[in-house]
Amino acid sequence: MSNPQELRYSKEHEWLSAVEDGVATIGITEFAANALGDVVYAQLPEVGDTVTAGETCGELESTKSVSDLFSPVTGEVVAANQDVVDDPSLVNSAPFEGGWLFKVRVAEEPKDLLSAAEYTELSGN
Amino acid sequence: MSTAPRLTALDATHRSLGATMTDFAGWDMPLRYGSEREEHTAVRTKAGLFDLSHMGEITVTGPEAVRFLDYALVGNISTVGNGRARYTMICREDGGILDDLIVYRLGETEAPEYMVVANASNAQVVLDALTERVAGFDAEVRDDRDAYALLAVQGPESGGILAKLTDADLDGLKYYAGLPGTVAGAPALIARTGYTGEDGFELFLKPEHAEGVWQALTEAGADAGLVPCGLSCRDTLRLEAGMPLYGHELTTGLTPFDAGLGRVVKFEKTTNEGRFVGREALEKAAERAEAAPPRKLVGLIAEGRRVPRAGMSVVVAGEVVGEVTSGAPSPTLGKPIAMAYVDAAHAQAGTAGVGIDIRGTHEPYEVVALPFYKREK
Repeated sequence: MSNPQELRYSKEHEWLSAVEDGVATIGITEFAANALGDVVYAQLPEVGDTVTAGETCGELESTKSVSDLFSPVTGEVVAANQDVVDDPSLVNSAPFEGGWLFKVRVAEEPKDLLSAAEYTELSGN
Repeated sequence: MSTAPRLTALDATHRSLGATMTDFAGWDMPLRYGSEREEHTAVRTKAGLFDLSHMGEITVTGPEAVRFLDYALVGNISTVGNGRARYTMICREDGGILDDLIVYRLGETEAPEYMVVANASNAQVVLDALTERVAGFDAEVRDDRDAYALLAVQGPESGGILAKLTDADLDGLKYYAGLPGTVAGAPALIARTGYTGEDGFELFLKPEHAEGVWQALTEAGADAGLVPCGLSCRDTLRLEAGMPLYGHELTTGLTPFDAGLGRVVKFEKTTNEGRFVGREALEKAAERAEAAPPRKLVGLIAEGRRVPRAGMSVVVAGEVVGEVTSGAPSPTLGKPIAMAYVDAAHAQAGTAGVGIDIRGTHEPYEVVALPFYKREK
């Protein structure tokens, strides 16, 4: 398991892409996806919703449990990944790619986002 | 008393296979090796290999072994033939279910020997109850939990895979029967039992033979698509098959009649003048169930995608009419399913307007008869 260098990470196991034209893509890490087990249901924030860094904005349900989805940044949701809603297993099979969850026009981001190396150390993976 | 988890004889094997481990009843057990859905599907379509060494084996021997078991358990053990197995229960004096059990008869009448297999979480409770109840009987209760490792091969290909490793007459082995034999050279009790809704076998072995037999099965099953399976898919398999799980569908707070399993209670026993532990309470429970049907165990199938969990309320028009005992996404149906105890008025298959309160939202569910899944024979 490797965490892509170009991404940044939250302690709640989300990843955040580089911000382009003010917009960042958000997903959960491979470590988090493995810990959840097979994801079977994803409730994502809707386009137009305002999400707040560190606060719940949806949920991911796996065979065994349901977990809150947090946003690593504050801003307005500009896209939600309908492919994941239709096929939640994408979160397991391609957590850093096709299994992305939503895109946010970033208004504010916390100072404590982690680098790939820092996140790898935190998660032990 | 140590709080370190107990390890099965296959612990190193599970770790080498990259299993996600979980604590289960004080044992460190494999939850899944990869995707629990793929493991589930393998058992439904090909074969799966399970380590169930956490189950509790208790041996009962002695001239009065049968008479003792007829007294201690609710079933009629006298009628279990040699080499056969019986699903039964052990209840308290007040009729509450202490555990559900499988009893295997392993010896002829001259030297009766029975193996009682208890759930891991109840093994000590069952052992204590049997030890207490054996007083006054010429029989012996022996704790054999450390004497056995238990492997299960389950799925439509399981017979073909096992046949490569044993001379035992598997074709002649009926469902709920067991016979002594060897598997890959190791002595084993080979039983045609399981908890998946598929054809399959459970192999009771000496722990020192577990690793060798596991490897032999893995190799013998490679071409047939056999994969190692963890407790997570075991739970979804048994749920689809409508099989109760202790602590969920069965508890000390329910009698077998409340659980819809009154048929396991045999009042017509002839041993001990018909006396057995819990008889009086169970007769009353049977009358109650006849006069006023208790909540009924039903199946619920989701119309949406949110997954029900144990303890969630079943609701009709805003009123709570039942409680979910087990819930999971069903890989076979492709929808979330649940078992729930529901008021008799809403328990009929096809009853409209039933929902489950999932974190405040009343998600629509269809009431169906159990099981959700039945294999073609």
